[in-house]
Amino acid sequence: MKYKLATAALAAVVAAGPAMADLAFSVLSYRTGPYASNGIPLADGQVDYYTLINERDGGINGQKIKVVECETGYNTEKGVECYESTKGEGVLVYNPYSTGMAYQLIPKVTADGIPLHTLGYGRTSAKNGKVFRNVFNYPANYWDGASHAISHILDVNGGDISGKKVALVYHNSAYGKEPIRTLEELAKKHGYELSLLPVDHPGQEQKSQWLQIRREKPDYVLMWGWGVMNQVAIQEAANIRFPMENFIGIWWSGSENDVKPAGDAANGYKALALHNLGSDYPLYDDLQKYVVDAGKASGAGDGVGSVLYNRGLYTAMLSVEAAKTAMEIHGTSEITPAMMRDGMEALVMNEEKMTALGLPNFGPEFEVSCENHGGNGYGAVSQWDAAAGEFKLVTEYVQSDQEVVQPLIDEDSAAFAAENGIESGC
Amino acid sequence: MPEQLVFATEVFLNGLMAGVLYALVALGFVLIFKASGIFNYAQGVMALFAALTLVGIMEGQVPFAHLINAIFGTEIHHFGWHVPGLVAIILTMVIMVALAWIVNTLIFRHLVNQEPIILFMATIGLAYFLEGFGDIMWGSDIKKLDVGLPQGINLWIDETTFNIFDYGFFIDNLDIVATVVAALLVVALVIFAQYTKQGRAMRAVADDHQAALSVGISLNFIWVMVWSVAGFVALVAGIMWGTKSGVQFSLSLIALKALPVLMLGGFTSIPGAIVGGLVIGVGEKLFEFAIGPLVGGATENWFAYVLALIFLVFRPQGLFGEKIIERV
Repeated sequence: MKYKLATAALAAVVAAGPAMADLAFSVLSYRTGPYASNGIPLADGQVDYYTLINERDGGINGQKIKVVECETGYNTEKGVECYESTKGEGVLVYNPYSTGMAYQLIPKVTADGIPLHTLGYGRTSAKNGKVFRNVFNYPANYWDGASHAISHILDVNGGDISGKKVALVYHNSAYGKEPIRTLEELAKKHGYELSLLPVDHPGQEQKSQWLQIRREKPDYVLMWGWGVMNQVAIQEAANIRFPMENFIGIWWSGSENDVKPAGDAANGYKALALHNLGSDYPLYDDLQKYVVDAGKASGAGDGVGSVLYNRGLYTAMLSVEAAKTAMEIHGTSEITPAMMRDGMEALVMNEEKMTALGLPNFGPEFEVSCENHGGNGYGAVSQWDAAAGEFKLVTEYVQSDQEVVQPLIDEDSAAFAAENGIESGC
Repeated sequence: MPEQLVFATEVFLNGLMAGVLYALVALGFVLIFKASGIFNYAQGVMALFAALTLVGIMEGQVPFAHLINAIFGTEIHHFGWHVPGLVAIILTMVIMVALAWIVNTLIFRHLVNQEPIILFMATIGLAYFLEGFGDIMWGSDIKKLDVGLPQGINLWIDETTFNIFDYGFFIDNLDIVATVVAALLVVALVIFAQYTKQGRAMRAVADDHQAALSVGISLNFIWVMVWSVAGFVALVAGIMWGTKSGVQFSLSLIALKALPVLMLGGFTSIPGAIVGGLVIGVGEKLFEFAIGPLVGGATENWFAYVLALIFLVFRPQGLFGEKIIERV
């Protein structure tokens, strides 16, 4: 009798298994370790958005979202382990938030047929969907970012920067080196002089680089940094009295964490932005009601509206919209990773859609296609207001110089295809 | 003076200052190794923990606030007061002494006379524990540390050197303070180790645990004392580095900067830590200045470790370290 009851109970559990049909979204988080202060808001933003969709809408078209979170500590090996241990749960898309992990996962996701979204990081030439079929890096990439920075410098100089000196302070890693080629090509086009200043990991000691900047007096300094490198660079810039409005960081060097340690001295520092800032959007009212006030927030709720929280939320929003697109394409709400890939490849983000979501003007408009997995390359510039304690967008979203960026993407992706025996095509 | 020589002089001076900051971290390692033969892997995390505690006390932050709020559904984060820097430093030191006592009572008193590798492994565990504990206790957000230390260019040096060389040198006020503090610290530690009863007892313990016990030296007292002093050195290092970059979890990585300093100066010499720090600081900065541009830059870490490796080959005990002779 006991055996029969146990069997019946087991059968009931198996039969009741709607959890099996849940839509699994991965959050490869780093809530611990040296980069935890950045990893926590990134993860919270993603998890809170998924929670909101479940609590407010009952999931995506009736399918609940299951968040599969795995702690990587921002360690590439652990990130790969997380991927291997969670992919069996039917994860629809991975967002590792680490360029190192992205590079390691590209061949794996390609072999496994699972999409990888690297929003504003990872391998830039993955924009070419004819070669990188499972990798997406919309709405913009590092090379777009390099172009956005130079476009901004052109704007503030009336369109002529010939003879100007631009220095790049960068993390001495694959990530930090990404913009160099683009900046060199743009230097040929606009006639500025580029100097390169690598900083060793982790970047706590940058005296040599900033002494060199003080000696050579560049007109502008660009920064591709991460973690403690950003805070030290901004402090050193303040120490040598480099004008903050001429110091521009990539979007990974533009969070509150990066500027607060320098206090008022960081006022005026600029950073590129992939999406809008703050929490003054209708969606955040729902977030407060259904997630934070309901005690279901991933964190303490004190990071809502910060730059990196918004980035995490934006990533999750784009994943959910891609899932909806996949459901429309395939006529089912029970989508697979392969269907999700199709949804990502057909994703259209326009102002009408963002307004309907309660996020008007939150990000640039873009369309994804088989040829273009990276969006239209739009980005903006934000500036730190130390008195208000917030970054504010100071430009509209502008498109990167496609005349320079696109040939570089074609060249690099073609080299990757040749190296890996990939037949390019849609 | 030729322009490049003027620049090199500025780089040299900044190298000295950077070296002092490296030496501050290395000092903590030396103290514990000298007294107990333990290579304390947790020294960098101790600097982080001390700095986190200092900022937490100064800001009136409620320890374990997230944990308390999660369990009891409360919304408490701050006591609502601000503690002056000096008082906060004293309170932090009390906590570091308590930590030293706990570490000794729970871990090292049970490992007396064990192999050095066992003790080393215990400090690895301690490092992981302390990092997680600090996170739970104070949160992992980046905190601004301001105990009133001056920061930014020293105008007097800038103007004076400008009048002499027609180029003003950049020397950070914070680096000058760090140099003065490190000098005072080394003098105090050398006097303590050489001329006080406790200092001599510490050296006796370092030579042989069992022999020291047999002549009536309290191993527990000495180890708690040494870990407390190392905690104080960690606090000083945490203040200096935390003022530069904000207090954050990557502060524990400053230990990476101390390793080549220790290999160069020797694991058992307090002056060696300072000299090693200065040699590494000046060497890496001048190498980056002269050779860096020819090889693409970012040579500093490489230079420091290569120099340390060369020392390992030709003088494994470092410049001032004691030559270890194992009798078989």
